[in-house]
Amino acid sequence: MEQFQVRGTAARRASGSRSQAITGVNTSGNLEVLAERALPDQECLVDVTTSVTGFRTIWEAVIQEFFDRSAPGGLRFSINDGGARPDTVTLRLMQSVQLMEKEP
Amino acid sequence: MSNLPQPHEADWYEASARERVTGLLDANSFVEFLGPEQRAMSPHLAQFGLTGAFDDGIVVGRGRLDGQEVLVAAQEGWFMGGAFGEVHGAKLVGLLRAARADVGPSGPRAVLLLLDTGGVRLQEANAGELAISEVIRAIVEARSAGVPVLALIGGRAGAFGGGGIVTACCSRIVVSEHARVSVSGPEVIETNKGVEEFDSKDRALVWRVCGGRTRYLAGGADRYVKGSIRDFRDAAIALIPQAPPFDLPTLEAEQRRLTERLQQFGDSRDAPEIWSQAGVSQPERIPDISDDAFLAIKRPKGADHDAR
Repeated sequence: MEQFQVRGTAARRASGSRSQAITGVNTSGNLEVLAERALPDQECLVDVTTSVTGFRTIWEAVIQEFFDRSAPGGLRFSINDGGARPDTVTLRLMQSVQLMEKEP
Repeated sequence: MSNLPQPHEADWYEASARERVTGLLDANSFVEFLGPEQRAMSPHLAQFGLTGAFDDGIVVGRGRLDGQEVLVAAQEGWFMGGAFGEVHGAKLVGLLRAARADVGPSGPRAVLLLLDTGGVRLQEANAGELAISEVIRAIVEARSAGVPVLALIGGRAGAFGGGGIVTACCSRIVVSEHARVSVSGPEVIETNKGVEEFDSKDRALVWRVCGGRTRYLAGGADRYVKGSIRDFRDAAIALIPQAPPFDLPTLEAEQRRLTERLQQFGDSRDAPEIWSQAGVSQPERIPDISDDAFLAIKRPKGADHDAR
């Protein structure tokens, strides 16, 4: 098991008014992402808890690309990971932004 | 996007615990207790190098079903097989105790348990076993107070171990074809008794012994549904007013029913033998026919009962 945090900046604040959203399930090859509107507009961060050790650099690359692509300003993401592949991680992160931007 | 199925049209088996709750209840009526943002997580899993879940694998809260207040709990079968741990169990116990505490005209009309569990979580087994006992007591207390408790089962983990016992304690039980309900699971039986006694890889055998159709025909379930979330919703709405009183006559009737069932079918080696003895036509074909054909079958005497 490994835990770390990845911080970044976003071009804009994520739209919508939801305070939180959860997507995915922590199971083999999958992950759950909890998104919360908890940061200043230009900031974003991801707290990762993963069952697989030794892939931190890949996580950092995937998350930085997500920050650039989705501009999730103001959002804090918390991940419980069961060994998901990078594409699944990107998909879940983008899904959680989409949920946050949806009106409740 | 508009082509996506609406929540209640989705398949129960494929849906997550949260999707089941959303589709089961009236739209936008669900209020979660101890939601994921509260991070009520297992304190034990990290010691085993395992990552947890923000809701510890169970969603609990209140909502409305066809306009009536209900309490609802849904286990996530994908997270550790929906197994009971300390926090997971405490959330369910708390929900059931709330049902008893709030009895009255404005209180919940029923508690809906969306079970999807392999039983107790081995990493926190003592806490899990205690939780199961407390859940059983809380179900009994809720039913004694006049609040029916319904089990809805059709997920990938089934309802095994303590989850099977919890199921049997409920006022009414709804299953789909995917459902499996038992105490010792197929792999446990195989491990203890050998593959010649029970081959856990023989899926047809597993479903003949503990599958939804078998349970329904034997009176171990009250309603068999086709498997969409809407089917489960309709069944729950129909069954809440039909819940039997929880009193001595009901328990004595159940005891008699089970004694008679054991006398009649106790020597059978496989489910089709039971169905054949019970007069079900073409018993060998039961596992293969469509849901509609299955629902058209007349249940054997004693299967449709009020003794629970």
